[in-house]
Amino acid sequence: MTGSEQVKPNFDPAIPIYTQIVDRFKQLILSGEYGPGEKVPPVRELALELGVNPNTLQRALSELEREGLLYTERTTGRFVTNDAALIAALREELIASMVEVFLEGLGALGCSLADVERLIKRYGGEMK
Amino acid sequence: MSESLLEVKNVSKRYGQQMALDNVSFSVAPGHITGLLGPNGSGKTTMIKIIIGLLADYTGEVRICGHHPGKESKKLVSYLPDKMALPAWLVVREALELYTSFFADFQPTRAHDLLHSLNVPQDKRISELSKGMQEKLMLVLTMARRAKIYVLDEPLAGVDPAARDLILSTILDNFGEDSSILLSTHIISDVETIFDEVLFLKAGVVDLQGEAEVLRSQHGKSIDQLFREVYRC
Repeated sequence: MTGSEQVKPNFDPAIPIYTQIVDRFKQLILSGEYGPGEKVPPVRELALELGVNPNTLQRALSELEREGLLYTERTTGRFVTNDAALIAALREELIASMVEVFLEGLGALGCSLADVERLIKRYGGEMK
Repeated sequence: MSESLLEVKNVSKRYGQQMALDNVSFSVAPGHITGLLGPNGSGKTTMIKIIIGLLADYTGEVRICGHHPGKESKKLVSYLPDKMALPAWLVVREALELYTSFFADFQPTRAHDLLHSLNVPQDKRISELSKGMQEKLMLVLTMARRAKIYVLDEPLAGVDPAARDLILSTILDNFGEDSSILLSTHIISDVETIFDEVLFLKAGVVDLQGEAEVLRSQHGKSIDQLFREVYRC
């Protein structure tokens, strides 16, 4: 993992910072920007780049470890999991929840599934 | 559970009829950053003066690594005053020499490097530096000590918003995991992501205190928003 620019989110200070860091890391891992087995920079380095308290960052990384997305090797540091199946499953889960929100929103506006298909084709833009 | 580096218990202080601090208690654990928040006149500086040993006639108890404020504790505490404390005619380089001879834990090479990275000229007199530059100099002198507790009184007051990130990263980068920071400020929005715990002082009384992340999730509000609520006139 290099260049923390891609990690740098604008934190919403009204929500616990560590959950926002967890979400951001998840997104980076599930999107493949941080590949399996990639090394995570040291806590202090990341904290400094994000402008957050090192303890907050530590807490976020511990949470990601608990969920199995990161693991620590005693001497060499912290890495993204090599468990491709776990990453795929979590990615699937995230996609399902996003689609659900999307469909709920359109359903509330009275769209049918056929409408949704038609709308996707019309407004799908560059997406292939 | 590690021992707190700083322990403040039931501290009160009065100036004549005026209660400056009323039964204030808190502690700061190693590696933690505590925000001492409140508007001007809320008792922040009085609290700090007690911790650094400048005010002795208070009631209650203060312990710094087990010591009462005094000769021993002064070796452990690095203090950033809220006003320039060095004579204006001093050249920056001489200020470094002064700190080197005053404090056994001062690291001149680190101070030199930090001044360089913050673009503070070392051949100028303090009187020739802008207010922002003077604040950077004082921060560097404070953070270049290997202290146990860093007490920073309004480190952001005179710094323009663009330089705040730089000041914050200098603070974050230069305190060790076995040391702690007590940072007083009335400017919350730019610094709230660095606090472990916060303490809101209102007219000498602790109005609200706790872990920053817990307060965020309990109230669904930022520390800055809470601050504005607590101190709404």
